Amino acid sequence: MTDIRADIHAQTGASEPGFGDYVTLLKPRVMSLVVFTALVGLLVAPVALHPIEALAAVIFIALGAGASGALNMWWDADIDQVMRRTARRPIPAGKVEPGEALGLGLALSGIAVIMLGLATNLLAAGLLAFTIFFYAVIYSMWLKRATPQNIVIGGAAGAFPPMIGWAAVTGSVGIEAWLMFALIFMWTPPHFWALALFMKEDYSNARVPMLTVTHGRRSTRRHILAYTVLLVPVALAAGFTSIGGPVYLAAALVMNALFLHGAWAIWRRDEARAEADGYRTEKQVFRLSLYYLFVHFSALLVEAALRGTGAYALVGIAG
Amino acid sequence: MSTRTTPLRPTHELHKRRFSRNLGVGLTLVAFIALVFGLTIAKVQGGGTLQAYDHTFRPALLPQDD
Repeated sequence: MTDIRADIHAQTGASEPGFGDYVTLLKPRVMSLVVFTALVGLLVAPVALHPIEALAAVIFIALGAGASGALNMWWDADIDQVMRRTARRPIPAGKVEPGEALGLGLALSGIAVIMLGLATNLLAAGLLAFTIFFYAVIYSMWLKRATPQNIVIGGAAGAFPPMIGWAAVTGSVGIEAWLMFALIFMWTPPHFWALALFMKEDYSNARVPMLTVTHGRRSTRRHILAYTVLLVPVALAAGFTSIGGPVYLAAALVMNALFLHGAWAIWRRDEARAEADGYRTEKQVFRLSLYYLFVHFSALLVEAALRGTGAYALVGIAG
Repeated sequence: MSTRTTPLRPTHELHKRRFSRNLGVGLTLVAFIALVFGLTIAKVQGGGTLQAYDHTFRPALLPQDD
């Protein structure tokens, strides 16, 4: 007599993945940011897509981002196993085989790029393909383990979605798209370095050459302040283009003042003080950095809505 | 002679996970088909110089310069 239940266990073990495990491979939290910024890029463009085409564009941009996330998890499984923050991801947790993640990443990359090309245009599809390549190969396979500037250059991968959204609608890449790209690109380093300051053991245990590990924490604090100072003119400049306006400028002024103040506070602190209060300021600035990006892109949406409803025309502001 | 067999229980945790996976893939495929169908309608409606019944380019449909 054979116990079929025992046989099932012997054949599959406890690692039979559910659908949710495959969804986790696509980094849904990163995807939600991609959806939001791509949607803004798409909606603030001077012309409009058919709603179904716009929906498809956002879905396939997000799918491309998710695919690159799966490829990143496949490549970085050894690092993820060591880091506390990532140890429960599906591959290090033993729920999904590395080969499955690779297959899923490659298949979804192909589907996303081809479908975006069919739904919108070749420029948007090409930019999406480049973004996936940049994140999976340039950032994950090369920069992440090679240089402390990994976050600076790798941040470009996260900065592309609004540009792809814009390109999907207009078929070109204007100054506005470049400024939205630059906003995320310049925001990424201070955002991640603030995180690295209070996730102190993770990166050194995994031997990832984060700035905190290679150049020390004092230098990281200086870099956060320097990059925040450089971020301010980029954020304000978008307010003087066709996608900006008074609402955006007001929001940008407030958020940049707060972010600069936070970066200044991080720069002034030393490790002893940070240790003493459990990295309170660093955690606050990290949280603020999330709101920073959300508020900027929301303000761009508000500007687009005001232009769309003709509200600016009524009060005599050129839109 | 009587033989007692252990029944295969379909409610095992393993089956639940497989079911969730199959359901997820199924719904994703349905959503994908719906999206491609919607895209097709949108493209055909905005097709301009294409005619829906044969997808043939018709020079006669090009806007005429006055």
